[in-house]
Amino acid sequence: MQLSAEQLTWAVHGTPLLVDVNLTVASGQTFGLVGPNGSGKTSLLRLLAGLNKPKAGQVLIGNQPLHTLKQRAIAQSIALVEQQAETTDRITVREVVALGRTPFLSALQPWSDQNEAIVTQALLDVDMQHMANRLWHTLSGGERQRVHIGRALAQQPKVLLLDEPTNHLDIRHQLSILKLVKQLPITVIISLHDLNHAMECDHIGVMDGGRLVDAGPPKGVLTAFRLRQTFGVYADIFTDPVDNSQVMRFRSAL
Amino acid sequence: MRIALTRSSAAGLGLRWLWITPIVLLAALIAGTAIGETPIPVDTILKVLANQLLGADYAVDRIDAGIIWNYRLSRAVVAACCGTSLALAGVVLQALLRNPLADPYLMGISAGASTGAVAVAVAGLGAGALSLSLGAFVGALLAFGIVVMLAHAANSGVGGGRGVQAAGAIILAGIAGSQLFNALTAFIITKSASAEQARGIMFWLMGNLSGVRWADVTLAVPAALFGLLVCLWHRRSLDAFTFGADSAASMGIAVRPVRGMLIISMALVTAVMVSIVGAIGFVGLVIPHAMRFIVGSQHTRLVPATALAGAVFLIGSDILSRILVSGQVLPIGVITSLIGAPAFALILVRGKRH
Repeated sequence: MQLSAEQLTWAVHGTPLLVDVNLTVASGQTFGLVGPNGSGKTSLLRLLAGLNKPKAGQVLIGNQPLHTLKQRAIAQSIALVEQQAETTDRITVREVVALGRTPFLSALQPWSDQNEAIVTQALLDVDMQHMANRLWHTLSGGERQRVHIGRALAQQPKVLLLDEPTNHLDIRHQLSILKLVKQLPITVIISLHDLNHAMECDHIGVMDGGRLVDAGPPKGVLTAFRLRQTFGVYADIFTDPVDNSQVMRFRSAL
Repeated sequence: MRIALTRSSAAGLGLRWLWITPIVLLAALIAGTAIGETPIPVDTILKVLANQLLGADYAVDRIDAGIIWNYRLSRAVVAACCGTSLALAGVVLQALLRNPLADPYLMGISAGASTGAVAVAVAGLGAGALSLSLGAFVGALLAFGIVVMLAHAANSGVGGGRGVQAAGAIILAGIAGSQLFNALTAFIITKSASAEQARGIMFWLMGNLSGVRWADVTLAVPAALFGLLVCLWHRRSLDAFTFGADSAASMGIAVRPVRGMLIISMALVTAVMVSIVGAIGFVGLVIPHAMRFIVGSQHTRLVPATALAGAVFLIGSDILSRILVSGQVLPIGVITSLIGAPAFALILVRGKRH
């Protein structure tokens, strides 16, 4: 499903965090959101998920403005994996993933075999089924991140929003999560710090000072100029002879 | 109090144990009626119950019948309702505010109730037309209202509207409001109370089931059932708060209305209980934690388990308060803490070993 933002503006205590952001992510596309710390990636994802109401502008899912939908209806289409979501509760991996079914359950509705099957599939997708009965506080940071992604997948979203999901992961799981996300037939918006990983996305958007300064196919966006201008680094860009993909080598900070 | 529930997704402890809850509750009620300074045989209790409820005509000693029906049974039923309500209020506040120290009195309810009670009993507010209970109830709601307004103002002050900030604002507002009303209580007592009155108020504040009659039951039972139903209805919403308010919102919970409704419901139920029996401590703080250790933190299991445990715990505490020192009834709040604290320590230690 297509997700778009129209002239989105957001501020906290008079400090503008997002300024006039226009963005369209086509159905089924994997969209990478990059930008330095404090450039507004998380704010943008929160607005796209309907967690905050924009000061101006609107978010559209399909053709429907997000603010006309109930929270429950939004959650049936859009799932969000936050950067840090912790709990001290004694809760198992499977129970966390099962939370993803919340938007589809009502108070009188029983937990069905179908829900059970969806949860099992989500656990398989994030490679956590062998830890299904482990308690949350016994998991490592990376395992917790995978469980959160599993929880979001159990929501069976049409749009999946991920806020730096690969942060705590070892390289194997970074790559497998990226591969999983790319394979999903749904619209994905993922904020990333590793620019070489971002090259794998269908499209990239660059955030800088609350503005979306560029968006498009990775090769056209992540240029040496952009890396200097927005990220403040000198970088060389090569073509990998193995698969002709583009690789960045960062030399030094500006 | 058994409610048909859906099967939980979690393996391990299912919900099959639920059928024992009415039996355990009934056993606790009968124990609460049988045990006391004058022990009464169970068959006598059953006969009185049959006479009263089913219109049977068993021959029972008049005095025994009076003790059972007018004194002990009503007292046990109110104890059960009170235990259930306070424990459930604890579950809800701890889940919503993501704070293990949250308890039913967090929102200024006990402080407001004591101010209200003292205003009526000591300062003579209402000139005898108001009862102690009504004063306590009004005081509790007044304090709760002030805390809510304070929390609201503080929250819009910090801006952002993030769930974490909201929870922090509620807790801080609760502390500030409680302190304000505690100071008012102390002021009224020092200003106008005699030593005898002050002692009476102290006793009442620590919880007192002595004055309970059937009129109180007709108030306590609906309030407790209402609290239980609200919790059961919202058990999945409560689960969704596991990772905080933002996470709940991203899973489709309308955080502000749901959280507001739950907190107001629990405050009302708590205020009813406090106005009947005073501010019994410990139950609302610790029973939820103890039950999380035993049945886990999923509310489909936690809510019924806590409701039952709260009821049984308070009936048991009431029995002990009546028989521990012969010829004297101890404040039930003393018992709940004296028995509850070591019991909770035991659960903590055992839980760690598992």
